[in-house]
Amino acid sequence: MTMAEGDLAVTKLHFVRDLHLPPKPAPQRLTGPIGWVRANLLSTPTNMVLTVIVALLLFWVVRGLLDFLILDAVWTGTDREACLMSTQHREIGACWPFVWERLPYFTYGSYPIPERWRVDAFFVLLAIGVAWLLWLKAPRRDLGAFYFFVVLPIVSYILLHGFEAIGLPVVDTVLWGGVLVTIVVATVGIVVSLPIGILLALGRRSRMPTVRFFSTLFIEFVRGVPLITVLFMASVMLPLFVPRQFEPDKLLRALIGIALFASAYMAEVVRAGLQAIPKGQYEGAMAVGLSYSPMMRLIVLPQALRITIPNIVNTYIGLFKDTTLVTIIGIFDLLHTVEVARIDPKWATPVTSTTGYAVAAMFYLVFCYGMSRYARATEARLRKGDKR
Amino acid sequence: MSSEQVTGTRPPRVPLYNDPRVRSVIYQLALAAIIAFLVYSATNNAIEHLRRANIASGFGFWNQTAGFDISQSLIPYSSTLSTYGTAFWVGLLNTLLVAVLGIVLATILGFVVGISRLSKNWLVARVAGGYVETIRNIPLLLQLLFWYNGVLKALPDLRDSYVVAGGIYINNRGFYVPEPVARPGFGWVELAFVVGIVAAIAYSVWARRRQMRTGQQAPVLWVSLALVIVLPVAVLVLAGMPIHFESPQAGRFNISGGLEVVPEFAALLFGLTIYTAAFIAEVVRAGILAVSHGQVEAAYSLGVKPGPTLRLIVVPQAMRVIIPPLTSQYLNLIKNSSLAVAIGYPDLVQIFTGTVLNQTGQAMEVVAITMAVYLTISLVTSGLMNIYNRRMALVER
Repeated sequence: MTMAEGDLAVTKLHFVRDLHLPPKPAPQRLTGPIGWVRANLLSTPTNMVLTVIVALLLFWVVRGLLDFLILDAVWTGTDREACLMSTQHREIGACWPFVWERLPYFTYGSYPIPERWRVDAFFVLLAIGVAWLLWLKAPRRDLGAFYFFVVLPIVSYILLHGFEAIGLPVVDTVLWGGVLVTIVVATVGIVVSLPIGILLALGRRSRMPTVRFFSTLFIEFVRGVPLITVLFMASVMLPLFVPRQFEPDKLLRALIGIALFASAYMAEVVRAGLQAIPKGQYEGAMAVGLSYSPMMRLIVLPQALRITIPNIVNTYIGLFKDTTLVTIIGIFDLLHTVEVARIDPKWATPVTSTTGYAVAAMFYLVFCYGMSRYARATEARLRKGDKR
Repeated sequence: MSSEQVTGTRPPRVPLYNDPRVRSVIYQLALAAIIAFLVYSATNNAIEHLRRANIASGFGFWNQTAGFDISQSLIPYSSTLSTYGTAFWVGLLNTLLVAVLGIVLATILGFVVGISRLSKNWLVARVAGGYVETIRNIPLLLQLLFWYNGVLKALPDLRDSYVVAGGIYINNRGFYVPEPVARPGFGWVELAFVVGIVAAIAYSVWARRRQMRTGQQAPVLWVSLALVIVLPVAVLVLAGMPIHFESPQAGRFNISGGLEVVPEFAALLFGLTIYTAAFIAEVVRAGILAVSHGQVEAAYSLGVKPGPTLRLIVVPQAMRVIIPPLTSQYLNLIKNSSLAVAIGYPDLVQIFTGTVLNQTGQAMEVVAITMAVYLTISLVTSGLMNIYNRRMALVER
């Protein structure tokens, strides 16, 4: 600071503080838990009312679920007497002994008991395949894909259906049931729909009018009708269309219906991915002299599929939930076994249905939620790669 | 290389099988031939099968007497007199009824939940998120069976019905509510209702023109509500209440009178609404998030309050993103209404691919008719939504 001579008096009056005061903490009512509650729950009168209403609603739902699933639930027993309000003289929640007893039925259906190890082996093989494909740092993922899409279907068929020559008695598909059928239908849908979907998507974007016409016709037709009519078509019309000696069994018909339906939806997902690839990629591939098939295989599809992974997984979630519809055409999937078990006179009580449905709901919830988390994680990972 | 050589060279001779145009023609011919062969052999097999099983073909069954009962019908139907054709219309109307009501309710619930998920209120946002995540990940069929068997069929039976004030009976056979019955003179009320609607439209047109001209706003919503609701009610009172409610009367074995809502319908409507609303909520959330944040900030800096900001700035822009996926959710709801067959609601699929198929055995005709109906509904709905979409789309230079 420069000062003129003789200004001393003024200088003395100046007071410049050269000590930094530490900042004071924000007032208690704006920070900490209280501040958080004020900002996030009670900011305006409307919000206060909303908070109270929603909290009451939440309390009511959680309380009801807790009561039903745990607090009022019956944990032991041998038959319906244990779960009847009239014999127990108390509020009755879920009837868990019913589930314990029926768990093998929910898992294997009527699969013969001495052969059930084959189903377990199938579950293990499938789990290995899924883990191999989903775990990004797994070794030899190309081998994993080969295992999942080629080896696994053949081995599973031999294992589940049976092969007399190597000493596995044949188990007719009418005996299959429960989680086994749900997983088989879902897996077949997942494995088959992707390649067919890719072919249909390529067909719909093809330059050949006939190919484009038939692909579009198939996709739009299947997407325009409910799955249940496709399943009806597969189960009542398909047997009419093939010669008598090739008549497919009931499960196979359902599998065909589900696979066709899923393929049409998959085709639209893949098509969206193909459309997102800039034209330069196609032109670049053609400029280096690649013909159609290598161009698609090496340049376009790897990029298109990579960006569609989240949507593909979402389609799989839908497919997994849609497998329940095979119940309606008489296939014993998990939901159908629950439906059969709940009206069994041995366990028929007012709470049996809800208990059975709760178990099925938890099964689907866990699987679908797991898949959707995976899709979201993949999406985040892809976004990270694009960030500069 | 000298220039003469270049100009003198003809295009290299390519073998015919390597010419892309020839190849494309060959591929297409092959595809067409394969499909033609498949269709031909399928038709042949089908004819052979039908001949051996002695099943009639053609649509002759349409005019035959149906001979089965339908629990809910919007048009006169009797099992002894009505034909399969009438049964078809009953089923179609039932499908449309549940689909239309479901679309309206699911849209309302879906918008509420979707907007709640973005609420600043932590609890509201979390509860909405939990609802969406749970409902979306449980199969619709399971939810329908739960509502039907777990909730509605578990209600007390007729003798122990819940009786709600105003003469509403709730039991495991359905809901019974008082049915309004018009008495002579009710025509005036209907007339007042129509006049109210016309007046409300006229008023809103006038208000819009005035706002365009002078910038003054008018309370369109309140005036319209008054015209549409208060006017008919006033006429109703003035005309000496020409309406009376026929209450359901509980007898020993059944309930007579009143309006009956069968539990199948209630379960289906409930399930479809709750399930589809979760998906619509996600669509709405994505749409609102797609509106750039600067739009909201600009509105706030102009002093627009949060409510009108949402209504006038955010939602109209979000609608452009929302409409296409919303359309596919509506189509999904219509197609999902076919799950009625699992709980026995007499919709098109239950009546046609269920009962009619079993009685006539004519699988091909019945499934073809059903599929054609759904295809038509799908095409019409997406057509209508495309028109709306075009009106809402951003007009670009």
